[in-house]
Amino acid sequence: MLATHLDALLSADDTGLDDTGLDDTGLHYTGLDYALTAVDGLDDALAHGLGRLGEPERAALTALAGAVSAAPLAGPVAEAVAKLTAGTITDDYVAALAGARAALLGAAHDALLTTLDTALGRDRAEWAGTGTDAPGVPLAGARSWLTELAVTGWRGVDEGLVDGSAPVVAALLDDPRTRRLAVLVDGFAAELRASAPIATMTPLPYRRWGDLWSRAVLLAQDTWPGPPDTTPVSGRLLPLGVDVHEHATAVQIQVHGVLETAEGARLVRTSVAAAKVDTIVGPAVWTLFSCPSLLAALAGHRSLELTAMPLAPSGDLLWHDAAATPGEPADPFTTARLALPTATGAAVPPLDRHPVRIAEPVLLEDYRVKDGAAVLDGHRLRFDTDRLPGCGPLTPALVRASTACVGLLRWDAGEWSVQPLAVRATAKRQPVTAATADWAQGPTDPKVAKAEAKNDAVAVLRERAGRLLRS
Amino acid sequence: MGYKWPIVIDLGTDGMTERRSGAVLVRPVRTRKLAKVPFVELADGRVQGVVSSGSDIARVYVSSVTADGHGLSCSTNNNRPCGGLAGPYPCKHVRSMVDEAVLQFGLDRVARYLRVDVAERGDVLAALTPHHEPTPAATVFSRFLRHLTYLERPEVVEPVPELHWFGATGTAG
Repeated sequence: MLATHLDALLSADDTGLDDTGLDDTGLHYTGLDYALTAVDGLDDALAHGLGRLGEPERAALTALAGAVSAAPLAGPVAEAVAKLTAGTITDDYVAALAGARAALLGAAHDALLTTLDTALGRDRAEWAGTGTDAPGVPLAGARSWLTELAVTGWRGVDEGLVDGSAPVVAALLDDPRTRRLAVLVDGFAAELRASAPIATMTPLPYRRWGDLWSRAVLLAQDTWPGPPDTTPVSGRLLPLGVDVHEHATAVQIQVHGVLETAEGARLVRTSVAAAKVDTIVGPAVWTLFSCPSLLAALAGHRSLELTAMPLAPSGDLLWHDAAATPGEPADPFTTARLALPTATGAAVPPLDRHPVRIAEPVLLEDYRVKDGAAVLDGHRLRFDTDRLPGCGPLTPALVRASTACVGLLRWDAGEWSVQPLAVRATAKRQPVTAATADWAQGPTDPKVAKAEAKNDAVAVLRERAGRLLRS
Repeated sequence: MGYKWPIVIDLGTDGMTERRSGAVLVRPVRTRKLAKVPFVELADGRVQGVVSSGSDIARVYVSSVTADGHGLSCSTNNNRPCGGLAGPYPCKHVRSMVDEAVLQFGLDRVARYLRVDVAERGDVLAALTPHHEPTPAATVFSRFLRHLTYLERPEVVEPVPELHWFGATGTAG
């Protein structure tokens, strides 16, 4: 990513994010700010509670309906807002609100991604997925809990209401088809629980909880489609870096890489998620994954040769470790310099369009680090060091001392930032390279390895599970 | 590793946090040894947990302190009362369980849950006004078993896009 790319990214203001980008979706507004203002209004109402709407909240819901009045879901949203503001609350009306919110953020996502692709000169594949049928799993329990939450409002949430999520999550976890919703609700509920007492909490994370709630409501609809069909691909995967996602009961590694096949080079992701508990943290999380070839390639900075690996239209490889063998050494910085600029970006599944999902790999070089940001020709791009995982050696100090970085471009709260996945830095006058997945096969730093050897969490819990769950 | 804070409710003073999808509210807990107290939680209006018996590998004690009235309870998972707990004096199991709760959740959060004021580095148990209040062990024990079942869930290779809201935050702070 050159200074000119950064200039193009940062100088694209709201006037570049409106008409052409957003009109396609049939939404009736004139820019990103307008869309987000409508979202904010709903989020404020959700904090207050749909069960006791005052005049400002009713106005916010009406504005939300207005913002989507030219979209396909305009009718159901208008009806839902009319009923809700009159005091009638049902799961369906609540779902319409979540749908309207997702449509607005989906449009914002599209506008932002277009800006990014234009600035970087990145080609992107068109979505060509065909969703499979809805799996037909029982979701009414989840919907009821989510509706009750919205009726009460974040401010009114108490421990009893949060505890109501436990049987819901337990049932969802038992079925692989509802695992995603289970993971989301579990993380959301843990956050509500940790935030008690919410009534006096300040500031309140309006956007975040609005996001988590509305996403859960949509995943809890009977019409949510099953996973799209995949096609087998063979070729060479060059990893760029690993994004780690984690909450108390789940951890996901998402590998970003360039896949070279006979058809050309494209950007792909591959994700592996494991269930865990809150006491399993730090480098120990790597021991939860059973994909040895992938972990070996990540730890050893190697490419992977793939044979008939399933690829989803979203550019996600559904990892089958047996379909991969570690290949030649492949430095992520070399991959980012040589293969990334011409790789085609992956299409985004229509239902996953949300700014939070924008995580596009870039290479930054020859910058200075000033006040937590990379400075290139006077342009600043903030480093998101809040997302550095505890399972790897990459630290904020290394990022501050860095001169090159492979990272993910992200957008949040009106700002672009880069989340480092690997850096080249100077530490103690020595050049070092550190990446988030360097410890995928165990810590390579002797001090950390020694401390980690005493970490008994996984062993103790597995022993306890073996003894107590089957006795 | 760098878990400087056990758990921080960390929204900062930045007004934009209110409109930040990726706002960080909960940080990972501090690594602690689990051999003695494999499970501890703040739930059901109690600080409660499971303590492994020092003498019998198949036996566990369920210990708890209620937030309301500071009732102490300790028994085996088969509801045999712990001989060490008498009157208002916590047994070693309750003591271990509360110590580990402080390690895991931080002094502030445990003290807030038990509605007591404790000075920095202070002793939570010393701040309580406890009494003996036997509570059935079954609820906590079944919650512990549910906790353990997470380790038996199969791995997922389909992407979970919802986890983008939960970026790992290990070394921050």
